[in-house]
Amino acid sequence: MTSKLSNAQIAWRAAQDIADGAYVNLGIGFPEMVAKFQPPGREAVFHTENGVLGFGEAPAPGTEDWDLINAGKKAITLKPGAAFFHHADSFAMVRGGHLDVAILGAYQVAETGDLANWSTGPKGVPAVGGAMDLVHGAKRVAVITDHVTKDGKPKLLQACTLPLTGVGCVTRVYTSLAVIDIEDGHFVLREKLPALSFDDLQAVTGATLHLDGAVADLITPEL
Amino acid sequence: MDKRIATLAEAVAGIEDGAVVMIGGFGGSGAPIELIHALIDRFIATGSPKNLTVVNNNAGNGHVGLAALIEQGMVAKLICSFPRSADPKVFTELYLAGKIALELVPQGTLAERIRAGGAGIPAFYTPTSYGTDLAQGKPVEEFDGRPYVRERWLKADVALIKAELGDHHGNLTFRMAARNFNPLMAMAAARTIAQVSHAVEPGGIEPEQVITPGIFVQGIVEVPAPAQEEALNRANAHYPEVTA
Repeated sequence: MTSKLSNAQIAWRAAQDIADGAYVNLGIGFPEMVAKFQPPGREAVFHTENGVLGFGEAPAPGTEDWDLINAGKKAITLKPGAAFFHHADSFAMVRGGHLDVAILGAYQVAETGDLANWSTGPKGVPAVGGAMDLVHGAKRVAVITDHVTKDGKPKLLQACTLPLTGVGCVTRVYTSLAVIDIEDGHFVLREKLPALSFDDLQAVTGATLHLDGAVADLITPEL
Repeated sequence: MDKRIATLAEAVAGIEDGAVVMIGGFGGSGAPIELIHALIDRFIATGSPKNLTVVNNNAGNGHVGLAALIEQGMVAKLICSFPRSADPKVFTELYLAGKIALELVPQGTLAERIRAGGAGIPAFYTPTSYGTDLAQGKPVEEFDGRPYVRERWLKADVALIKAELGDHHGNLTFRMAARNFNPLMAMAAARTIAQVSHAVEPGGIEPEQVITPGIFVQGIVEVPAPAQEEALNRANAHYPEVTA
């Protein structure tokens, strides 16, 4: 393998699938980057679990208002049309199927759609936050991730080995090498980097990649 | 009707050893720092209350507010979703030493358990946590072909919350995202004490603007210009203040 997408390029690709008018939750950390790459002319409304719809960029340093934060406890700003609500309403939006898309990070994703993204094992202090809620209810639950772990092991597997966040919940995975749908318990390859052969991609994927029609080239801007 | 309480010390006077105490806020937003510090003052002066079970989304940050309450050894058990923060040292050390119990609850389940407690619903079913370690031992039932986990309500002896405006009837408004768990906890506790940044006469809040109706609130105490946890932590504050 000669190259892979940067995190910004993965986030850019995921952003292209967010429709105008969509209500979107972005997981804490890497997924937050997706907001930067909204295609011109489309307006998505971003949801954060602590009770805000319609937030925008971070404020300039020194102008933070600590009553106006996101789920990662970072200061945010509001866009026109924003709304505040309490925590039970916020998670009603999540579990009740009102969000169009949730985009989350992952340690591991299984071909069944199982996701592991909250715990790397029994050491230390366990913390779950809203991870287990977010995987239920959004019409699409997408994952953005490097295709393999830092030491080169597959993150796309037949079954997760780490503690699960949710069962059968992920519908699409955007990786540093490919775009893969999860359908009927299979990974279905939709796009891959043009320079990468199918066999090379399969070799770093821990479960069988299925084909359903042509595989498109995964092309992104330099970011 | 006048639910005003003159001092923070009087506001926290009735909280007993072993009480279940809900504390509002998400991180520092909506956290009733002054009420928590008044509780610490009482503990330092009298040795009570202790062995508290505290319900909050987090486990405190730095050495003020909830973290300071935990640091005093007043908390036997914490029910929360995310006991990590920029500086979670206080909770982490006690937890790893086995000196504080933790009930880890997914965030949306925590909110709904509190809401259910306030609404008189003893249990409910949620898709959250199905098939995970956090569902172990909980009943599962299928509805319309999908599995759901049964969760119990959560109630408290006392809720300590923070609001923006409060009138003498206990009607409350909240400032921006500081709303978070505060209206839910107000419903779920036998006795809810709100620190309010501005106390106003009845009529001082437009009825259309009331977020928590006064029926859920037993006392208000005015704390003008309350401290903000994030600002205290940037100044490396400790409560009580560390004297050299």
